[in-house]
Amino acid sequence: MNFFEKLVSLDRRFIYLSLGLAVIIPIVFKLVLPVRVSEPVRAAYESIERLTEGSTIMVSIDYDASSEPELQPMLLSVLRQCFAKRHKVVLLGQWPLGLPFGEIGLNAVSGEFNARASSNADSIVYGRDYVNLGYRPGYRALMVGLGREFRDFFAADYRGTPLDNLPLMRGVHNYNNIDLLVGLEAGQAGDEWIQYAGARYGLNIVIGSTGVVAPDMFHYLQAKQIKGLVGGLQGAAEYETLVKHPGTGTAGMVAQSTAHVLLLVFIILGNIAYFVMKGRKQP
Amino acid sequence: MKKEIPLLITFLTGVIIVVTFFIPHQPFGGMQQRLLIWYSIVLGFTLLLGVDNLLRGNIRRMARRQAGWGYAAVLMAGFVICFVAGVVSLARHNSLIALNGPFMYVYTYMIVPLQATMFALLAFFIASAAYRAFRARTLEATLLLITAAIVMLGRVPVGAELWDKLPQIQDWIMEVPQMAAKRGIFIGIALGTIAMSLRVILGLERTYLS
Repeated sequence: MNFFEKLVSLDRRFIYLSLGLAVIIPIVFKLVLPVRVSEPVRAAYESIERLTEGSTIMVSIDYDASSEPELQPMLLSVLRQCFAKRHKVVLLGQWPLGLPFGEIGLNAVSGEFNARASSNADSIVYGRDYVNLGYRPGYRALMVGLGREFRDFFAADYRGTPLDNLPLMRGVHNYNNIDLLVGLEAGQAGDEWIQYAGARYGLNIVIGSTGVVAPDMFHYLQAKQIKGLVGGLQGAAEYETLVKHPGTGTAGMVAQSTAHVLLLVFIILGNIAYFVMKGRKQP
Repeated sequence: MKKEIPLLITFLTGVIIVVTFFIPHQPFGGMQQRLLIWYSIVLGFTLLLGVDNLLRGNIRRMARRQAGWGYAAVLMAGFVICFVAGVVSLARHNSLIALNGPFMYVYTYMIVPLQATMFALLAFFIASAAYRAFRARTLEATLLLITAAIVMLGRVPVGAELWDKLPQIQDWIMEVPQMAAKRGIFIGIALGTIAMSLRVILGLERTYLS
């Protein structure tokens, strides 16, 4: 068996091992590459940055563990930016298994700010600066219904505290009281937010999505139906760069780069072997 | 009457929902909100139906020692563990997702790694499949291959390191040809959805009754 025959019938375990190493080595050695910030991500960042201090931002957690590496860094960056600007955060989720990520993110970022705070006024306090509403089934109904009254769907927050007992929520009744929605999307919910809450109620929306979902969001961006788009791990790394807090998004970029390059090398090798073998078979 | 009444309910519900969506003012606005709340409540009960279906199917499979009953046992164990952890979390912490509650322990150390592992395996299969199947056999396949290569490199920092124009070309591909194709697909889907909805509302499409 010559070299090209071996190449055509390459053991898939070799491919698995190569890919595993290509991902693990950059992470273990904490390699970093400079991150170029694209316009859609900058627009998303600016949408939050331009809001006046104390604006209310709704964050929708529409992902679960399978998309956590891409979307959780976006959540952390957005929360850091919001809390730094003293914006109020109203968190909810359309994926029941994603909601704990929202809670983890809120606790982590509020903890960072509270560790640096010197007084209660500087602190990030639950109920005053942020609220976690939780999950309700039937997201299409929820998205339309919230445009009229939050309390019709969320009588209480995820801890069972009535909304009117939370200072932040006393003035929040519908989308008129929300300055921006940040939808973190691993599926269909992003389209629904845009079509129901955006198109019908004029809610300003920024989308953070997985790399797979991002191409479906570009036409909304071009039509100005969303203010900005943070797509995939690259988008997360760009947002981390903008908020000047590199995290797992930035750390993952080298691993993703090496994995992409390796994949292309495999595709090129596979094609070379295919055409050489094809040429030999032809008389 | 067995068919006429469901058809009438479907027609009236469909018309009311369409009218209330486009006329948000009273009395339609209030009616729409009420319907949305009903919808949300009904969906909540469908979750219960789902749990009932899951339990029945898997308990039957275990009891009859059908093929794959071991997987059913694992699934049932997972269900019981999550359910108990959830009830304990609610009882002790008044919340399912309290960070120090047992449900979050199960979530963080079992559900998340399992889900992440399942999804991460995709990368290995994609790599293997791309190596074996991604061939420049035709002009279309070659174009697809070149485009994929540009986008894959342009989306990651190493692309800009290799050639500083690569991210810009990638942006153009995503914003122009990709979007043109997507728009065509989406317009087709929207028209198809409208046509199908009209057929259901008008009673021309009745397969859901069988």
